[in-house]
Amino acid sequence: MRHIISVLMENEPGALSRVVGLFSQRNYNIDSLTVAPTEDRSLSRLTLTTTGDERRIEQITKHLNKLVDVVKLVDLTEGAHIERELMLIKVKATGAQRAEVTRTTEIFRGQVVDLTNSVFSIQLTGTSDKLDAFIAALGESIVLEVARTGVSGISRGEKILSL
Amino acid sequence: MDQLSGGEALLRALHDEGVEVIFGYPGGAVLHIYDAIFNQDKVEHILVRHEQAATHAADGYARGTGKPGVVLVTSGPGATNAITGIATAYMDSIPMVVISGQVESRMIGTDGFQETDMVGVSRPIVKHSFMVQNPADIPLIVKKAFHIATTGRPGPVVIDIPKDVTDPKTKFDYEYPADVKMRSYTVPAKGHSGQIKKAVDVLMSAKRPMIYAGGGVIQGEGSALLTELARKLGFPVTNTLMGLGAYPASDKQFLGMLGMHGTYEANMSMHYSDVLLAIGVRFDDRVTNSDVSKFCPDATILHVDIDPASISKTVVADVPIVGAVTSVLEEMLSQIAASKQTVDEKSLKVWWDQIEQWREKDSLAIIPSADGKTIKPQEVIQAVHKITKGDAYVSSDVGQHQMFAAQYYGFDKPRRWINSGGLGTMGFGFPAAMGIQLAFPDAVSVCITGEGSFQMNLQELATCMQYKLPVKIICLNNRALGMVKQWQDMQYGGRYSHSTYEESLPDFIKLAEAYGHVGIRIEDKSELDEKLREAFSLTDKLVFVDVMVDPEEHVYPMAIKGGAMKDMILSKSERT
Ligand SMILES: Cc1ncc(C[n+]2csc(CCOP(=O)(O)OP(=O)(O)O)c2C)c(N)n1
Ligand SMILES: [Mg+2]
Repeated sequence: MRHIISVLMENEPGALSRVVGLFSQRNYNIDSLTVAPTEDRSLSRLTLTTTGDERRIEQITKHLNKLVDVVKLVDLTEGAHIERELMLIKVKATGAQRAEVTRTTEIFRGQVVDLTNSVFSIQLTGTSDKLDAFIAALGESIVLEVARTGVSGISRGEKILSL
Repeated sequence: MDQLSGGEALLRALHDEGVEVIFGYPGGAVLHIYDAIFNQDKVEHILVRHEQAATHAADGYARGTGKPGVVLVTSGPGATNAITGIATAYMDSIPMVVISGQVESRMIGTDGFQETDMVGVSRPIVKHSFMVQNPADIPLIVKKAFHIATTGRPGPVVIDIPKDVTDPKTKFDYEYPADVKMRSYTVPAKGHSGQIKKAVDVLMSAKRPMIYAGGGVIQGEGSALLTELARKLGFPVTNTLMGLGAYPASDKQFLGMLGMHGTYEANMSMHYSDVLLAIGVRFDDRVTNSDVSKFCPDATILHVDIDPASISKTVVADVPIVGAVTSVLEEMLSQIAASKQTVDEKSLKVWWDQIEQWREKDSLAIIPSADGKTIKPQEVIQAVHKITKGDAYVSSDVGQHQMFAAQYYGFDKPRRWINSGGLGTMGFGFPAAMGIQLAFPDAVSVCITGEGSFQMNLQELATCMQYKLPVKIICLNNRALGMVKQWQDMQYGGRYSHSTYEESLPDFIKLAEAYGHVGIRIEDKSELDEKLREAFSLTDKLVFVDVMVDPEEHVYPMAIKGGAMKDMILSKSERT
């Protein structure tokens, strides 16, 4: 099963490589990874998606917790949560295709953020599935470039991940 | 407040941390630090002959004393030479602080002379690491490094220090922090009382209980409490290779070591147990055998460990208890004392009768050689035990000799058996024995080695001469990489691919003498006792005893690969 794990860690050199190193060292896979400082600059929040059965995920969270840089973590997929990913996508569109791309973008609630005579740059946020669906709807043949941030997430309701 | 340079601050911080001795080797990146060493007399520096040996010596020191071992090496090759020793300490959870020099900050990343990314290279084999950026950070980083290395599940910590950080021209106000708090690093508190209660209930209703105790009990100073608990319950006890000495070997409740080369009775009792109290162990594959689904099929498993990640990693625990062994054992004992329940004496009696039958098999019986002259390796260990009254510090290298030492020495006290169990590092034993001898100048420090392993760190004969370390090296010389040869006998049709040396073995007696030590060769069983006694009587000398042993000997019992714990090869002709 797919899990989204959010980690609060010291915003220090080497911290990220320890997390990433742990995954390769123990043969766990990372499907996506996003990291940036939080409102408290001394802390970074790292969110990663991985897959595995319950025991594997338990090992992953235990080993992450053991890293000296890791302050706290949560497996968002254990409860109700909101997940988002941002995608910037460049597509080739000329003639009648241009209206088609604009309409698809509107349906998906994306925004055209740049354009030339033949190229649209579109921004879209949503779950990873939604981004996949958008690419499929546009048709892969016109896609020139895709930049995705990887999943970020937060728990629903009162539950928070902080110190 | 004193104005100190980074180099001076490092030495002062080590002293403030209570460090008495460090093992090291100089080089360009640490010359400022070496100058600071020269100018003080609080911390003793031992000059080894290879950085790997520095780490093993510090490791031996740590295993023997319970205090962290400290190492100082230069950048580049100095740092990479230390890697094997760091990995060895990591696998066995040994507290160690390794200080490595680094090129100047402005040179980092330029592939400068003797530049190695030590923090990167050591990352998977350290508990944590630091790269120092400012001299003024040294006191806090040293404090944190020792705190991390010695608390929780101990392990090695690297402090990488660029040369400019120790520059004598840059001074700062030195103050050593009294204590340290890290929001991202907390040591597990006491075990959960509710879980301990559950465990006690299970223990009280056990019919075929077994206590399986490992290195964590020794590291966590839990041996006395474990012994008290086991005696109170009257349950059988086995120790892992890393746990030997956690429970006294001469006690009648002790069934010997378990696992790959464990005794018949220990492995049988494990397999048929209905309750397994696992303390300070990690269900290593050398214990469980490769197929964990066959491991102790009937047992309810109670697992006590300070590291939550060790619990249910390979074998799922029915009652997990995270906590320091001492606090958990104390609470178990007090709960048992307060409980109205008693152990199931009747079932326990039946269980012990069964165990005694297994014990009668005498799986460690030694079959003397037919010619009466050839020395069996096991006989050497028994003789060493007798002569040292079972009270020596015994380190070993890796191979058959290691297993014989583990099986036949019989350790009654913790911290006496010093071996590389997790990584299995040949070359560990001799420098480790050196570290032990430094920690305990008046104790008998014995290194049981093989002629293969010894050649991996023999340069330390010079260090022992320089510091007058009278280590006793007992080499079980079987003229082969015996453990490799044993596997080739058993699994590769006796094809000895590169496990013998033809005629290339050195004359170890001359070698010892070349370094100014004493060498004694023993070839005939009739002279074994007498010559060993002679070696141990030379209390102020390093003696290398080269004992020619039967090269055909195998280590038994031996687990059958892919089997359960009850599946063992007992001799060249007998299996369970
Ligand atoms: C550094 C290292 N290299 C290789 C091995 C694999 N190995 C395990 S035991 C062994 C043979 C050791 O020979 P020796 O020291 O003579 O001991 P014996 O088994 O003969 O008693 C080898 C090569 C190892 N454990 N460590
Ligand atoms: Mg040998």
